[in-house]
Amino acid sequence: MQRETLINTVLTLGLLAVPLAAWAMDEPYTITLATKVVIFALAGVGLNLALGLGGLVSLGHAMFFGIGGYAAGILASHAQSYEPIMEWPFLIEGTQSMPVIWVMAIVVSALVALATGALSLRTSGVYFIMITLAFGQMFYYFTISWPAYGGEDGLSIYVRDRFPGLNTLDPLHFFGLCFALLMLGLFIVARISRSGFGLALNAARQNEARVRAVGIEPYRLRLIAFVISGAITGLAGALYADLNRFVSPVMFSWQTSGEIMIFVILGGVARLFGPVAGAALFIILEEVLGGVSDYWHIYLGALLLIVVLFARGGLIGVLAGRNGGGGHD
Amino acid sequence: MTETLLDIRGISKSFGALKASDDVALDLKQGEIHALIGPNGAGKSTLIAQIAGSLRPDSGEVWLEGRNVTHKDTVARAKAGLGRTFQISSLAMEDTVLQNAVLGALGARHRVPGFWRPVMRDGDLRASAMQALEKVGLEEFAHFRTADLSHGQRRQLEVAVALTLKPHVFLMDEPMAGLGADGSAILVEFLRNLKSSAPILLVEHDMDAVFQLADRISVLVYGRIIATGAPDEIRANAQVREAYLGEEDAE
Repeated sequence: MQRETLINTVLTLGLLAVPLAAWAMDEPYTITLATKVVIFALAGVGLNLALGLGGLVSLGHAMFFGIGGYAAGILASHAQSYEPIMEWPFLIEGTQSMPVIWVMAIVVSALVALATGALSLRTSGVYFIMITLAFGQMFYYFTISWPAYGGEDGLSIYVRDRFPGLNTLDPLHFFGLCFALLMLGLFIVARISRSGFGLALNAARQNEARVRAVGIEPYRLRLIAFVISGAITGLAGALYADLNRFVSPVMFSWQTSGEIMIFVILGGVARLFGPVAGAALFIILEEVLGGVSDYWHIYLGALLLIVVLFARGGLIGVLAGRNGGGGHD
Repeated sequence: MTETLLDIRGISKSFGALKASDDVALDLKQGEIHALIGPNGAGKSTLIAQIAGSLRPDSGEVWLEGRNVTHKDTVARAKAGLGRTFQISSLAMEDTVLQNAVLGALGARHRVPGFWRPVMRDGDLRASAMQALEKVGLEEFAHFRTADLSHGQRRQLEVAVALTLKPHVFLMDEPMAGLGADGSAILVEFLRNLKSSAPILLVEHDMDAVFQLADRISVLVYGRIIATGAPDEIRANAQVREAYLGEEDAE
């Protein structure tokens, strides 16, 4: 077994063990923290597909996180008030069923990623960063000034949405649900990065002219990657809304985009489990250092600097050593 | 008469006052190596960019296998059968040698690559990639990281990736650059055999290689082709000697 595979296995088991131990010791707050790690990790897994494999430095992934969140919030609020979202030309009612909300979050995120990606992928480098940032901010200011769904105050989900056969109000059940989705997301991204599409996308990041010269259009690869990436981060946003039972424009803010990017960079860009390690480290730091000082972000910043300067592979890179060829055998 | 596979019909390209390509006409026939030589700054790179499709000519046309591809981009021309190698090695450096070759084989399929099946387990792609690597003598390095290859090996890999495309026309931009005498000699032999499968438009600085290999030579000076002919004719051409070979002798 490769060293990285071993580390990934340990991470997965650790992520499972913590909430189980917390449940045994009756500490629901720790279970909630672990759930937060899982959800943030899933958001990072989405970004990592675009950023790590595709080299697309998107500072607008809060857009998808927020869309997922508001998909959950809007559908749930209509279900709570028994007012349909629209009656004409056809009836759309609110729902508190998680699977329906997830599908909605994924579809809307994917469509928005398709539209914004089609435009922003015509640029590259700093311009791409700026355009994705601008799209994200557009959504942020739109939700702030949209009174129908709480505007700046956000929107509460009074009762957590439901999943058939589970009691989602039980923290352990909800954790299990999020954990299963994270594993599914990791599996999908692992398959994609080992596929022909992944090989070509990764090659386009390294050398665009090479990919064109073999007759493959990088733009198309990147757009598809951006859509899948946005959809995964959107799903994470829907889960985050249900974790907090609250959504607000903050989910759309550029700080959220930055945080998702921090998970990826801390854990290891282009490493499959990078976002998992990064999100775990982030939450641990927030809990430990946040208790010591309100200004714990200073230490986070210092750590981030060290990672960027000396450990480009992030936490996974430090533990597993050099990546042997982008995950391909 | 032999079939003309690549036909450059009077293309011109100016950058401001500079005429980088001035009514250039050039063709490539089945089974031949046509070398393009010229001093630095003659406009070779601009011409290659227009043939490969990364630069649009101001006027004139590029025909590939009887089809006008002037308005097609690089991707479309690669699909239409143009196999190109770069002057400066243009490879996915973090990937393995085999992955680079598999990328070529993947491109040769002419469809959007799949999302689900592990590409390195695809027997057909692997076989096609390994075959190309064997032809250039890189099979033992298949699992090396491309960045760990020597300069000469990267040049070989460039050629191997072009081979996986099974192109109808090769466009090679200084494949001998930096190879050293031994490396050049091997590549000369290799290209001599390769031309029977597809003709080669060879842009090359190495004069020995050009005069050994080429069936025809065109000389580009200040964006214009001043002569086209067999190596002996070019060697004897007074205008060429003055404009180009004379300079070489003086160096």
